[in-house]
Amino acid sequence: MKEKLVLIGNGMAGMRTLEELLTIAPDKYDITVFGAEPYGNYNRILLSPVLAGEKTVDQIMINDLDWYAERDITLHAGKEVVTINRARRQAITADGTTVSYDRLLLATGSQPFMIPIPGNDLSGVITFRDIQDVHAMLEAARAGKKHAVVIGGGLLGLEAANGLMKQGMEVTVVHLLDVLMERQLDIEAAAMLRASLEERGLRFLMGAQTVAILGEERVRGVRFKDGLEIPADLVVMAVGIRPNIDLAKRSGIHCERGIVVNDTMQTYDPRVYAVGECVQHRGQTYGLVAPLWEQARVCANHLASYGISRYRGSVTSTKLKVTGIDLFSAGNFSGGPDCDEIVLRDQARGVYKKLVVRDNRVQGAVLYGDTIDGNWYFQLLRENTDVSGFRDSILFGQAHLGDAGHGGNNVLAMADEAEICGCNGVCKGAIVKAITTQKLFTLEEVRAHTKASASCGSCTGLVEQLLTAMLGDYSKTSKEKPLCPCTEYSHDHVRKTIREQHLTSLRAVFDFLEWKTPDGCHSCRPAINFYLIATWPSEARDDSQSRFINERVHANIQKDGTYSVVPRMWGGLTNPKELRAIADVADKFQIPTVKVTGGQRIDLLGVKKEDLPKVWADLNAAGMVSGHAYGKSLRTVKTCVGSDWCRFGTQDSTGLGVKLEKMTWGSWTPHKFKMAVSGCPRNCAEATIKDFGVVCVDSGYELHVGGNGGIKLRGTELLCKVATEEEAMEYAGAFMQLYREEGRYLERTAPWLERVGLAYVKRHIVEDGEGRRSLHQRFLASQQYAQVDPWAERVSGRVDAHEFQPLRQVG
Amino acid sequence: MVDWHEIGALDDIPRLGSRVVQTPHGDVAIFRAADDQVFALRDRCPHKGGPLSQGIVHGYRVTCPLHNWVLELASGEAVAPDEGCATHYPVRQENGRIWLGLNNVVSLPTAARETA
Ligand code: SRM
Ligand SMILES: Cc1cc2nc3c(=O)[nH]c(=O)nc-3n(C[C@H](O)[C@H](O)[C@H](O)COP(=O)(O)OP(=O)(O)OC[C@H]3O[C@@H](n4cnc5c(N)ncnc54)[C@H](O)[C@@H]3O)c2cc1C
Ligand code: SF4
Ligand code: FES
Repeated sequence: MKEKLVLIGNGMAGMRTLEELLTIAPDKYDITVFGAEPYGNYNRILLSPVLAGEKTVDQIMINDLDWYAERDITLHAGKEVVTINRARRQAITADGTTVSYDRLLLATGSQPFMIPIPGNDLSGVITFRDIQDVHAMLEAARAGKKHAVVIGGGLLGLEAANGLMKQGMEVTVVHLLDVLMERQLDIEAAAMLRASLEERGLRFLMGAQTVAILGEERVRGVRFKDGLEIPADLVVMAVGIRPNIDLAKRSGIHCERGIVVNDTMQTYDPRVYAVGECVQHRGQTYGLVAPLWEQARVCANHLASYGISRYRGSVTSTKLKVTGIDLFSAGNFSGGPDCDEIVLRDQARGVYKKLVVRDNRVQGAVLYGDTIDGNWYFQLLRENTDVSGFRDSILFGQAHLGDAGHGGNNVLAMADEAEICGCNGVCKGAIVKAITTQKLFTLEEVRAHTKASASCGSCTGLVEQLLTAMLGDYSKTSKEKPLCPCTEYSHDHVRKTIREQHLTSLRAVFDFLEWKTPDGCHSCRPAINFYLIATWPSEARDDSQSRFINERVHANIQKDGTYSVVPRMWGGLTNPKELRAIADVADKFQIPTVKVTGGQRIDLLGVKKEDLPKVWADLNAAGMVSGHAYGKSLRTVKTCVGSDWCRFGTQDSTGLGVKLEKMTWGSWTPHKFKMAVSGCPRNCAEATIKDFGVVCVDSGYELHVGGNGGIKLRGTELLCKVATEEEAMEYAGAFMQLYREEGRYLERTAPWLERVGLAYVKRHIVEDGEGRRSLHQRFLASQQYAQVDPWAERVSGRVDAHEFQPLRQVG
Repeated sequence: MVDWHEIGALDDIPRLGSRVVQTPHGDVAIFRAADDQVFALRDRCPHKGGPLSQGIVHGYRVTCPLHNWVLELASGEAVAPDEGCATHYPVRQENGRIWLGLNNVVSLPTAARETA
């Protein structure tokens, strides 16, 4: 007979313990799980991205109902245990369900704290803890409620506020103290954080004490101690959490602030274990996931009767999950009498770093704006490393460089044992090994194989850097940082200045913004060139010397210095004449490789540079033009066969694809831009991983935006549905133009959308008809100057002839 | 012994651009900076042989088109943290014409190694 194990609390800590237990002793127990929430186990951390509209509830499930069934675990979801009869060893729920146990595991988490003030029970006053809370917030936003008040300027409060703002509400954050996130940040970093959140549109009431919530049935306002009243349709209390110990206490299990456990996670009742936020260990309670993972490992070890490991407490570090804000804090950052502070502060770059050091050992760290070395400092802290040997340069980071162009080197310089994913305890060596031995290429694959970055996602940047460093150079997108080392100004500032000052040449930009280098560098020149031609299409002159080689010669450079040529095949269509011309060209110029691309067209690889114009001339003669496979521009419009042939096709997807491609080819964009049109929801053209995707349905066209199938896989978000092809074209043009006007150079639509939020794009494209039409008009206007086949221009010999001929032959 | 060869006019090379001179020892990239100074480097990046003539020229430097190493035009040295050096050649300008100095004795063995 198997022993019986009962878990109370179907959350992150309890379930992690079960997972660990099942890997080391899969057959030891008959397991029953009780969860007060009516779901499987989900990743609570990711409620913030769900609220911000960046993830769906389905995407954050860790163990769905099937998972339990497959392992013969009985799950009572939606049932709260109200009594533990320790004499009879039974757990009993409100409806009388009774299950007996040999071992009991308590993982009841914590409860959000409600300030005891009048009105805190009104409808519309909620906390931020579970799926139900997020539903309530999303509902309020969808119902058009306008004013949200978030009480509490800590981690949770700010993530709630950011999410509600992304959902289109006007949000005021109320904080009792003058410093945001005072438990993680010092005054300086908190002030920078506040400024940057204010810039995004959050409002703050600092030093404000809430005394009452106003309203009859539903909340309508909040009153403060000084008498001030502000309107509120929704109040979110995020003022702290308390270990959820009611049940344990009632059952006579020894509790103080939390359920008291020893180093084996055992309570005072030897049959009862506890893990997670509900426990108190060596006087300490925890509110973050990383320590719970350590507890789970230890607890599983003892439940399996191995009896060897001990939990000795954890040091925690914190990151804020607000897309676009880099913030890191760990350990003791406020110092003390025998501590030194090492500080770097660069207001213009928006960077602040502080280390607290005692006896040459790191005690704590606060980083804002540049958190790339957070994990390194955290490692020094945990390992109590003596830093006297490199103390003078410690703030410059592990690789002694903050040069954006070489970001990959930072992660390369990390030791193999350095931890990259704090949630799941994955170190660099393990990721490197997985990437090489398992041939991983994408973030998703690394997540699947190693679990790194699969929980809260805040180490995504590091993992991406590692992928980049190992798989090749990948253009990083930039945040509110200087555009490059040649300037202090950010992308957004440069672009705004170009518009407001009517600057039309690189020279004018360098002079006006007092560039630090005489003629920029390989990072800023292509960016500014794009901003100039996108802002002033009829005036700015394209500067070919500021284009990356591929765009300068309109072909892709290969590793051996030869080029590849990809002619456009409208909507993926071709015909015998084109194919014959391609075959002839391949023969005539002895082109070694002919390949079908992932973008539904044909690539001729290994063309000598001086042959390019001749190859193009022959392709032009057969009616083909450049496919811009090399450009930060429209690439392909992928289509499926659609209603012309397919028995399921609802609309003419091929035809619409061709029209879209004819309208948009040649346009320059911040990064490459890909489209697709599928004829029905089977979606054979993979429209939902494109920058702009159309899925035809019987009643019209679904328009999807912001997908990416590259380094970081991201499905699109639904922009809206339209009835006609004409509308689909107009929305496509408007969307591209908005991206061209506001996306930062080398930022694809996926990260751009994550930065500004779908609600923002909808406001401009869907809700504002006038605005959409004028965006579309601006797009068409700039196309007049862009839709000139660059190949034909060069075949004519009038443009950039010097590119294709050696200057001279000597000897 | 340096042999001087006349290779063309300054205006044959775009500002902040480059052209190639083909020699028996391999291609040489001729660069023109914004202030019309001219430099010559072997057209092979010390990293993985990328054609430097195809890079972006800025100041007295060029960025390799393949993996973004940055090299000094005057010395051919890679800018830290990268390490490596591309052979550099002397150049002269006279009356708008450019002269390239090729050192037969030194460059022959390099070329031999190349083709081996
Ligand atoms: C030729 C092709 C591979 C093939 O043989 O199929 C290709 C080749 C290259 N891709 Fe790609 N990509 C090709 C389809 C794709 C696709 C598939 C697609 O478009 O459906 C993807 C994923 C979809 C997406 O972009 O969302 C793809 C994602 C990437 C990425 C990652 C982009 C990202 O945002 O994550 C890069 C790197 C970059 O752009 O910085 C990249 C970069 C490159 C570069 C330009 C690498 C480079 O910088 O030299 C390659 C140029 C090779 C050459 O000289 O031709 N390629 N690349 C495909 C050309 C399609 C075409 O007809 O134009
Ligand atoms: C919005 C949000 C964002 C967060 N972000 C981060 C972050 O970025 N990084 C980080 O490290 N941490 C973060 N946290 C904290 C993290 O989610 C918690 O530390 C973690 O979930 C705690 O796990 P737990 O298992 O102890 O508790 P929980 O995950 O809360 O699980 C406890 C479960 O037990 C159930 N339960 C309680 N009593 C009973 C009973 N009597 N009978 C049956 N079931 C019961 C509860 O309903 C609950 O489902 C965040 C938390 C929230 C709410
Ligand atoms: S074609 Fe794309 S996936 Fe293939 S090696 Fe080049 S960049 Fe990588
Ligand atoms: S070949 Fe020049 S940087 Fe790699």
